[in-house]
Amino acid sequence: MNESNRFIAEFYNETEELLSGVEDAVLDIEENPGDQEAVNRLFRAIHTIKGSGSMFGFDTISEFAHHVETALDNVRNGTVPVSKALIDLILVSRDRITAMLAEANGAGPPVDPREGEQIIASLKGLLRSDVAEVPVDEFPKDGPEKACVPDAPAPQNEAVYRIRISPDPDIFAMGMDPVMLLYDLADMGACSVMVHTEKVPDLENLSPESCYLFWDILLTTTKSLNAVRDVFIFVEDTCEIVIETVEEKAAALEASTVPRSGDILAECGDIHKKVIDEESDTLSKERLKPAQKEQKVVPQTHKSAVASTVRVPSDRLDKLINLVGELVINQARLTQVASNINDTHLGESVEEIERLTGELRDSVLNIRMMPIGITFNKFRRLVRDLSSQLHKEVELITKGAETELDKTVLERLDDPLVHLIRNSIDHGVEPPEVRERTGKPKKGTIILSAGHKGTNVVISIQDDGKGLNVETIRKKAVETGVIPENAEIPDKKIFTQILAPGFSTTSEVTSVSGRGVGLDVVKRTIESLRGRIDIDSVPGEGTKITLILPLTLAIINGLLVNIEDDFFVLPLMSVEECVEIKSKEIETINGRNILNVRGNMVPYIRLRDRFHIAGRRPEVEHIVITNVNDSRIGFVVDHVIGGHQTVIKPLGPAFRYNKEISGATILGDGTVALILDTNVLLESA
Amino acid sequence: MAKVIMTVDDSTSIRQMLNFTLNQAGYEVVEAVDGQEATDKLAALHIDMLLTDLNMPNKNGIELIEWVRSMPKFKFIPIIMLTTESDTEMKQKGKAAGATGWIVKPFKPEQLIAVVKKVLR
Repeated sequence: MNESNRFIAEFYNETEELLSGVEDAVLDIEENPGDQEAVNRLFRAIHTIKGSGSMFGFDTISEFAHHVETALDNVRNGTVPVSKALIDLILVSRDRITAMLAEANGAGPPVDPREGEQIIASLKGLLRSDVAEVPVDEFPKDGPEKACVPDAPAPQNEAVYRIRISPDPDIFAMGMDPVMLLYDLADMGACSVMVHTEKVPDLENLSPESCYLFWDILLTTTKSLNAVRDVFIFVEDTCEIVIETVEEKAAALEASTVPRSGDILAECGDIHKKVIDEESDTLSKERLKPAQKEQKVVPQTHKSAVASTVRVPSDRLDKLINLVGELVINQARLTQVASNINDTHLGESVEEIERLTGELRDSVLNIRMMPIGITFNKFRRLVRDLSSQLHKEVELITKGAETELDKTVLERLDDPLVHLIRNSIDHGVEPPEVRERTGKPKKGTIILSAGHKGTNVVISIQDDGKGLNVETIRKKAVETGVIPENAEIPDKKIFTQILAPGFSTTSEVTSVSGRGVGLDVVKRTIESLRGRIDIDSVPGEGTKITLILPLTLAIINGLLVNIEDDFFVLPLMSVEECVEIKSKEIETINGRNILNVRGNMVPYIRLRDRFHIAGRRPEVEHIVITNVNDSRIGFVVDHVIGGHQTVIKPLGPAFRYNKEISGATILGDGTVALILDTNVLLESA
Repeated sequence: MAKVIMTVDDSTSIRQMLNFTLNQAGYEVVEAVDGQEATDKLAALHIDMLLTDLNMPNKNGIELIEWVRSMPKFKFIPIIMLTTESDTEMKQKGKAAGATGWIVKPFKPEQLIAVVKKVLR
């Protein structure tokens, strides 16, 4: 059952109830003609039937009830006496409404309209002629009040109105805020408002409950004068409203003199096209560059011209991004095919498509971007509550709230950030007494900042607390057997131990932290977002935890490499450099997978062996050196092909246990390349 | 936070329709069957707007409007009356009692919302 059916069902029930009430009331009146209460009851019942009948489309019932109501109104006023005839007539009317209702409900035979007319005529006959004349025929259906109903289709031509609103000083006491009028006008079209403050009295004479302002408004709208008048329907007798038509512009005239924003846009579009046309005529790549730049500038001016927002369900965006991904892949394939054909005309248009696709990709990815400030704002409360709970004084400073991130990334960042901030407050910032003793300001500071770094977003949480204790962490790590005793490990590497599962140096478990569950979850979340965590800490001065994340999850910058006929993509974010090694050099290093790169020892993994790829190693191999969790590690491949805009496609469920490969992408020629997860590869090494 | 509107009408079907329409438009609705119940509820409640029928048992719409306006906390809230009256007399009475505006029954849901938007944002 839909909503309106539900209302109608309710209407039937209600009306039936009312009608039985009518019967009771009529009989009461018959017994005691002076029973004013019963008359009122009767009147209201009929009145309600009339009102709800018209509400739910039972116009005939409503119209009939209207006549009964008119008669009863006169009974109520005492102009029509209670008589046997009246009682009979009301009862007949009641039965008639019951019959009409049954008909409408499909539960009874059709009623005879003539019978109804007879009853109405008799009802009218009961009334004295002087009372009867005016109201009876004036059924409200077409009354003048219809004015507050929104207007029928308005003329399309724009007109300019000059409107002066001078409200009554007591307008607020009527429950009307003149601002509402301004809002209503602003909804109708472009509107410039000038406020007059001349009538505002001195402070001593000013009543805060009165309105002294008046307004002049210039409204440009396609709505009719009547529609503009309707705005003031509730205040026409309490406000002085003057509406003047300034100018009515014909559509043709308007286009030639004052272009609307749409026309401006179209004109810009023309300019574009011309620029592109001219540039492609010259056929030279060098000339194409400036045109591209120009193109980048032009859309930005568009944006400021149309500064409005549209809400779109996010699954539509996801679909759009998917499509653009497919487009990028196919465009790459097209470029490859075109380069084989080697035709100037084809090459030219393919180049154009390549450029447009790139721009489309960037713009579409941009749609999903949201400022991180929304997330930041949530933390103010968290910091406040938590610090008072722990009896600490902490101030949160946020920087770079305008930094934009993919919405998906942003949503998943929430929990890790909460965790890191909790940690900073609980473990980092010392209690005020301790801080004072060590000469620090009583109030601790946590700086939450975000910013762009290349194609990555860097978010850091920095506190001015006691810092991490390297020795404690080392001891704990040795205890749990993660690192060998006496091993020489740089501090930075030790710090990363706090991200290990089950790690906790707090002996005491609080509700806030210390359970040793947590930072490993943070690490996992960040890694699943293809990001990494960097920890820096100075004892006594504080800790800084930095999260480095890709801008988006849909497309990454990758480095395309191959081994034999297989292609792989390494996330470019973690790549530091590429070096060549000759098979001879490898032989010389004690058979261990370590390479000397300008004096630094770098361990490496030969992907050929890792993935059991058959074939002979080439004379000269390439090593892609990456930085994963502050360890440099090389991946040996046959060839480095180059940078690749990688549209990430998830792998099927059959591969879900293969953590080393985080996804796949399709290359220009249709070959599949696997995207490697360097974090997992390092751990498994 | 959603604005709270009180709807007062002795007809269940009309209250239901008002409730549904206003809820759809994002308002919170408090219902009362007549002026008496409305005043009882309003003693301990804050509302942003009142939408009331005029013809009701116990305490009619006009009395309700007068009472609401006399309460300091509701001095400035918008009050819309639901009226079926074609003559302006009832409307004048309502305005004199302190009503902000009116809507004539029958009305469609979108007309109701248009009127509410005129006085409450």
